[in-house]
Amino acid sequence: MPQIQLGGIDYAILVVYFIFVLGIGWALRRFVRSSEDFFLSGRSIPTWIAGLAFLSANLGAQEVIGMAASGAKYGMMTSHFYWIGAIPAMVFVGLFMMPFYYGSRARSVPEYLRLRFDEKTRGLNAITFAAMTVLSSGISMYALAKLLELVLGWNFHASVLVSAAIVLVYIFLGGLTSAIYNEVVQFFLIVLGFLPLVLLGLRDLGGWSGLSAQLEPVATSAGYPAGAWSESWRHLGSAEANPMGVEWFGLVMGLGFVLSFGYWCTDFLVVQRAMAAESMTAARRTPLLAAVPKMLFPLLVIVPGMIAIALHHSRGGLLPIGADGTPNYNLAVPVLLAHYLPSGLLGLGLTALMASFMSGMAGNVTAFNTVWTYDIYQSYIKPGRSDRHYLRMGHAATVFGILLSVVAAYAATRFNNIMDMLQLVFAFVNAPLFATFLLGMFWRRTTGHGAFFGLLIGTLAAAAHHGLTLPHGAEPGIKGAFLGAALHVYPSEMAQNFWTAIVAWTSCFVATVVISLATTRDKTDEELRGLVYSLTPRITDHELVWYKRPAALGIAVLALTLVLNIVFW
Amino acid sequence: MKLDLRLPIGLMFSIIGALLAVFGFASDPAIYQRSLGINVNLWWGLVLLVFGLVMLWLVRRGTARS
Repeated sequence: MPQIQLGGIDYAILVVYFIFVLGIGWALRRFVRSSEDFFLSGRSIPTWIAGLAFLSANLGAQEVIGMAASGAKYGMMTSHFYWIGAIPAMVFVGLFMMPFYYGSRARSVPEYLRLRFDEKTRGLNAITFAAMTVLSSGISMYALAKLLELVLGWNFHASVLVSAAIVLVYIFLGGLTSAIYNEVVQFFLIVLGFLPLVLLGLRDLGGWSGLSAQLEPVATSAGYPAGAWSESWRHLGSAEANPMGVEWFGLVMGLGFVLSFGYWCTDFLVVQRAMAAESMTAARRTPLLAAVPKMLFPLLVIVPGMIAIALHHSRGGLLPIGADGTPNYNLAVPVLLAHYLPSGLLGLGLTALMASFMSGMAGNVTAFNTVWTYDIYQSYIKPGRSDRHYLRMGHAATVFGILLSVVAAYAATRFNNIMDMLQLVFAFVNAPLFATFLLGMFWRRTTGHGAFFGLLIGTLAAAAHHGLTLPHGAEPGIKGAFLGAALHVYPSEMAQNFWTAIVAWTSCFVATVVISLATTRDKTDEELRGLVYSLTPRITDHELVWYKRPAALGIAVLALTLVLNIVFW
Repeated sequence: MKLDLRLPIGLMFSIIGALLAVFGFASDPAIYQRSLGINVNLWWGLVLLVFGLVMLWLVRRGTARS
């Protein structure tokens, strides 16, 4: 593809954004006095800010680019990541889990695991989580720098170092507050930067109906029913009828239940934003408020991919073709930016892309420095020091967390396979996690041994399932069947992932129950107060106006999501 | 609140909006061929400017109240 030429106005917008991002860090530096200020924003963030940050931390460049790529590759079915995946999980974490996270005064998700279970369960979660955040921010840095090199001709090293340095400076200065405040700025920038692209694309193709009509030949030429790219549920009866290669049960259980609840309910990266909220009600409303814009995001991140593939098909060769003969879906967003936006808005769109990258990276870094300092350093390396000591450690962890990410980004350029393998291992570790939290929060009989060994068994089950199955057309190896035999061949990688998650969750659930019943209880009811549902006083919201109550908000969010599912059925 | 976040958001979008609107006003109409003939810089710049000014107005109202 021809490289995009930027003008002075484009660079001016980028520079204005950089100045504000750094300025916010600078303005907030004097509010950081204790480690609680640095890692938890002193638990003083209002709901709307926490809610938008909750959303934005997850809205990394990989999400923006990846969801558009999936929109091009699978069409409207990608909306399931939002409407059956994220939203119900966000409502659940707000209504049912936040009371324990926020109410227990735990400073991190691993710390909750120590309070609820024991030291070894916390250690396992803390170490895998810390390693995962650093690596994933490195991998997304690599992906972004590669993309900028390809579409703008920017120097790979300069992109990596400049973006890492900016994130480093603003977190170092203002800690979590700075990350959260910037995430809100980034949220608005991402929305206002990508919206003109979507509006122009839809106008060009004749609105939603025009887009759907243009997607019909895309579907029929690939051998699927005409509506396969513009309808979300209609083709889920069998795995062969849709491009994702999954049937409804694997999708609802694997993606909707296990993967989405696992991510939104247990990943400290997002939960940390709600933990920083100013009160219990604010913490519970954080994910609920975030769910409202989240349910509209398919318009912003999936529809561009659909527009790109429609244009690619009807007007010929918009997307560059890769070595394997398929279009390079990851370029959907940059190609569309160059196709529709003139100098000026082009700069805004690229700034939005940079903003999404930085919000994702800052989310990883703040989660890393907290888990490292509280759950690893304070717990196992140097316990019992002064708060000042841990605050200094937090600053240091921010620096070496980012340095490690940069190292990971460079490692990704040279050892792509090792990076893929590590991500696979982390996927195995994460898949069963939600079973542990669900049992821990709702069944007081769950023991520390049950949780720890249940997690290990769930992880091994995930590895075993992946190692004995293969997606259609893949070579044995990292894609599966590394245990020697492919006992089952899935129609797609997506289907294999969903079923790996289902197997991991079920194994962990069963193993945790069995081991818990076989071991003696290690915590009394008194110790579990505030950590388990049946032993925690119900929160009453009667003093709030009905529309401000979390339960009412949650029901409204679910009802709206149901409407969206039906409209785009 | 430590720092009224609406202030930097309002300032930043006002500046970017004004930059885009002025650029859109002054730029060669030929560059808008790709954006379906619409001067998107001018129009979207004005949208951002209004958004930024509303944020700044909320800050003013907030400080006046407290």
